[in-house]
Amino acid sequence: MPPMRMPKNGSHAKAKKGTLPRLLKMLFKNYKWQMLLALICIVLVAGSNITSSLFVKNISSIVTNIVSDKFTYNQEANFWPLIQLLIIMGAIYLVGLIASFIYNYTMGITTQKFLNTIRKEMFGHMETLPIKYFDTHAHGDIMSIYTNDTDTIRQLVSQSLPSLFQTSITIVALLIIMLLNSLWLTFVVLLGTVVMVLCTKNIGGKSAKFFVKQQKALGKVEGSIEESINGLKVIKVFCHEEKSIEDFNKINDHLCEVATVGNINGNILGPIIGNIGNILYVLIAVIGGLFIMFPNTLHNINIIGQETNIDELIGIILMFLMIARMFSNNINQFSQQVTFIVMGMAGASRIFDLLDEKSEVDDGYVTLVNIKYNEDGSFTETNERTRFYAWKHPHKDGGNITYTELKGDIILDQVDFGYVPEKIVLTDVSIYAHPGQKIAFVGATGAGKTTITNLINRFYDIADGKIRYDGININKIKKDDLRRSLGIVLQDTNLFTGTVMDNIRYGRLDATDEEVYEAAKIANAYDFITRLPQGFNTMLSGDGANLSQGQRQLLSIARAAVADAPVMILDEATSSIDTRTEKLVQQGTDKLMEGRTVFVIAHRLSTVMNSDAIMVLEHGKIIERGSHEDLIKQKGKYYQLYTGAFELE
Amino acid sequence: MFKKIKLILASVREYKKYAILTPIFMVGEAAMECAIPYVMSLFLDKIDKMGWNINFVDLLPYIISLILMAMFSLTCGILGGRTAAIASTGLAKNLRSDMYKKLQSFSFENIDKFSNSSLVTRMTTDITNTQQSFAMCIRIVVRAPLMLIFSVIMAFISGGNMAWIFVGIIPFVAFGLIMIIRLAMPIFKRVFKRYDALNESVQENVSGIRVVKSYVREEFEQKKFNAASDKISKEFISAEKILAFNNPIMNFAIHLSNILVCSIGAKIIIDTASDIIEKPDGTTSILGADLTLPALSSLLTYGVQVLMSLMMISMIIVMLTMSIESVRRISEVLEEESTIKNPKNPVFEVNDGSVIFNNVNFKYKEGSEKYTLENINLKIKSGEFIGIIGSTGSGKTSLVNLISRLYDIKEGEILVGGLNVKEYDLDTLRNNVAVVLQKNVLFSGTIEENLRWGDLNASMEEIINASKVAQADEFVSSFPKGYDTYIEQGGTNVSGGQKQRLCIARALLKKPKILILDDSTSAVDTKTDKLINIGLKSQMPETTKIVIAQRISSIEEADQIIVMDDGHIDQIGTHEELLKTNKIYQEVYTTQTKNGGNE
Repeated sequence: MPPMRMPKNGSHAKAKKGTLPRLLKMLFKNYKWQMLLALICIVLVAGSNITSSLFVKNISSIVTNIVSDKFTYNQEANFWPLIQLLIIMGAIYLVGLIASFIYNYTMGITTQKFLNTIRKEMFGHMETLPIKYFDTHAHGDIMSIYTNDTDTIRQLVSQSLPSLFQTSITIVALLIIMLLNSLWLTFVVLLGTVVMVLCTKNIGGKSAKFFVKQQKALGKVEGSIEESINGLKVIKVFCHEEKSIEDFNKINDHLCEVATVGNINGNILGPIIGNIGNILYVLIAVIGGLFIMFPNTLHNINIIGQETNIDELIGIILMFLMIARMFSNNINQFSQQVTFIVMGMAGASRIFDLLDEKSEVDDGYVTLVNIKYNEDGSFTETNERTRFYAWKHPHKDGGNITYTELKGDIILDQVDFGYVPEKIVLTDVSIYAHPGQKIAFVGATGAGKTTITNLINRFYDIADGKIRYDGININKIKKDDLRRSLGIVLQDTNLFTGTVMDNIRYGRLDATDEEVYEAAKIANAYDFITRLPQGFNTMLSGDGANLSQGQRQLLSIARAAVADAPVMILDEATSSIDTRTEKLVQQGTDKLMEGRTVFVIAHRLSTVMNSDAIMVLEHGKIIERGSHEDLIKQKGKYYQLYTGAFELE
Repeated sequence: MFKKIKLILASVREYKKYAILTPIFMVGEAAMECAIPYVMSLFLDKIDKMGWNINFVDLLPYIISLILMAMFSLTCGILGGRTAAIASTGLAKNLRSDMYKKLQSFSFENIDKFSNSSLVTRMTTDITNTQQSFAMCIRIVVRAPLMLIFSVIMAFISGGNMAWIFVGIIPFVAFGLIMIIRLAMPIFKRVFKRYDALNESVQENVSGIRVVKSYVREEFEQKKFNAASDKISKEFISAEKILAFNNPIMNFAIHLSNILVCSIGAKIIIDTASDIIEKPDGTTSILGADLTLPALSSLLTYGVQVLMSLMMISMIIVMLTMSIESVRRISEVLEEESTIKNPKNPVFEVNDGSVIFNNVNFKYKEGSEKYTLENINLKIKSGEFIGIIGSTGSGKTSLVNLISRLYDIKEGEILVGGLNVKEYDLDTLRNNVAVVLQKNVLFSGTIEENLRWGDLNASMEEIINASKVAQADEFVSSFPKGYDTYIEQGGTNVSGGQKQRLCIARALLKKPKILILDDSTSAVDTKTDKLINIGLKSQMPETTKIVIAQRISSIEEADQIIVMDDGHIDQIGTHEELLKTNKIYQEVYTTQTKNGGNE
């Protein structure tokens, strides 16, 4: 048994350090120019927003001047200053507009491209990961990296980060303007900002915390729904509906509780920050008023220590108020992004975890090639498909290449293995499978039958001992070629979305339709396939949910048959097929594998009886070996199994 | 569609209060959001006018009202945020609970209709989507239009006819937004479906990684994935290109109205001004103009607010269109009527364990040509031991599923205890007809809890007794925690054979009149199998026992053995009779005995 899967969810809710820099680095590395362009545009947008709002306020003084000129000099109104102002405003607006379009356009596209890159990189990397990764991670968790976590990145890259950047720039710019106008009033604004930041930290932090909790609770609810749906028929048969609803409501209520707290905190943050801003505004007005009231005792100075000219004081305070309002609006916008950023960071962190997993290592250099026999019995390498293979063995020193005919001679020599070092699953297992032999493994669940096949195709590497394939240590064979030489049919049939034809052809992509039909006939699947609504073109979805387990097994046997590998491993491949059909399937595969090596694993003795050698496994050791007749004669464990005196569990 | 939305909103129930309160609070907040800038502009105006003669007594009303308004706005905002959160998460909770309840009421036919993974998505992602749009709706649906109306009104109050500029611009913006939504939404809809398909392919790869690696199909899969991912990316990009116009359109509208307001406003002031006076403190004031300068600046503020509320409205429309699909998927489940319902005057007593099939024809789908079961006639006496044998797909499971009315038949009739199964109360029928399903499951919980499914009030003695008959007591007692051993989800910590025996014990605790074992001992060895059969016979002589088996040894001693073939009964007889006359039976017998009488 492979090690237990890690519990779903909650493994690491918090982002690791360095996640943000890494994410940014990845973004900038792949999309340097786009990002640079977007950044420049964001700066332009922020600048345009600030300057245009300052300019708009100039309109009053210009209008006043024009009117005053009109009456003072009694002349036609001179609109030129107004037109000038409007042109400048228009120009600023235009810049902002264009920048905003460019930024939205590039960021939208870049985000999608970035997500696409990440998705492809994750998938590509995932395919290289060793089986161990899949055995030790809950599948739901892996899936959620592709769905939930990628979605949080979308939000982060396309919305939160640019918004963060824009508000930061605006805040800094406004701060500078404020400082240039009044040091003391800026100080008041900063005090207000501290309060706002504290609120954001507390309320926004609480909301983020509960949203993370909510994800966890949601996972629990999902698990419970899954269990209930899978067992719905049992629930019905036992009239257990009421009880099951009761149980579900409990965890559902918990989810609602944490979701409510998270949402409340998320919802109230905006109004709180916004109204702190409002009150701050009044406060500044009052303090500003004091400056005006006592111009002789209170002196307004700016950052460089200049004292404000008394004539300009009122104008400065009025403008300051407007800027303070913009300032607090920006802080509010900033605070709204906190939750997204926390969740996005957690998502990014999980994505990086996946990308950081170590790939399967392959130091093999011996490759598998097709060969053609010459008349004199020797053979030469060929690119055709010949059903005959050889191992191509380039020697490191000397550079010459030798070929070894693939015969299917597999030897396990005193193999020890454990999925985790502390727990040995196989001890001292030796097996000799000679070409053309059918070797069977029998034993209880957990005895180590499947483990042996995991070792032969190097899903896992042995701890001690040797495995030789036609005399070559399998560590020297390239993993891909090793696996290509082994046709494996597993108990858990995994089918892929596509037609029945596609699924069988999965075994060998260049197989013709006729070869697929032939394989289906070997697996005894042809009849039921032709009876499906669209025959071989019937679409299978959701792992072939519309087929029975037995039918799926027949399909996966057909898939292995079309692959036509020189060695075959059948791991409980016919467990859900009735004995009559199984017999027919066996006749088919026996014919296909004539002269080739076959490994069979089964708990049903009728499946393994006609094997050349049967290994009885117990607690990771081979306790008996021999043909059916030999073992019956031995009157050991196998005999007991056979006579039904012992149960295979 | 409205019917569907109504159906979903019906689940608000106890949170209705909050759902109604939210928009009310939002009205308060929206009103303040418009009023505060107005008062602020008056306030500034006042300070400006007072100049050096600043006088706090005169400013106090403004200060106090601003603070009060901020407090009021804060209160409304907090209360509204609270009620919105409570109402929306409450709705989500109720929806989940309602869907779950509905699910439990489903017949087998209903269950078969939905795929498992789609049900899970409907109860999680789709409900979350609905929750978010509901929260958005009650918070913004009222607020945004109100803001729009308030702002326009305020614009008219302060700027008079100038406000027509906004009224004129609104349709243009609305048109632009609608165009964006209409162009982008179909792309999004399409692409989300593809996205689901992409995720499904990841799922397939994760669970089928052994197959992928065994056939060395990593590159093939990656190519497949990349092609699908690229396609999605392309579609998303074309949608993003359209969406990129959203902000600029809004900004353009704001800017255009600003410039219009400024130029026209300024012109009006300049043209209509009758005089200008200089106050002693040096500030100036324009007299007699049709528009004042402060009014001009507040007009600018309202212009921004008008367009902001338009933007919010467009956002809601996008959110709603996106969640419509979720609403549809949820209501599909909620609307699904269970195909099997209790009769009006149900019978609550099952007389005995006799079963009669009269000319029964059955198919799973109305449309399929072929019947799954054809012309089934069968008489089973109470207390008999019946064996059923036949190859995969011959209709064994379908046959027994009809007895406890897991599926309904359209042709023929089935009698249990002399009465048509359709006349019984469903719970009564199913409690009296216990089925141990072929694809059986244990639930996360202790062994005892699992067994109690059969009878919640069973004594420990009864539990142990049932386990003994099912040959489970021995191994359960060997566990360190015995009957308190915790079973993991999916029953992964007990072996197949142990699971099957626990499932049998669970069914025995029901003390049914009819017990159906659907291939329930396939992972159990022959000896234990025999012991179970002996136990059943001696402990439950009154109970009708119907056993589907692959192994002849499991049913050898049955009173009648039914041989099924391709949806019909091939022959019924005892072991000896069938061995003499039935070809299929003979064939199965020889495959199982010639090579050894075992599995």
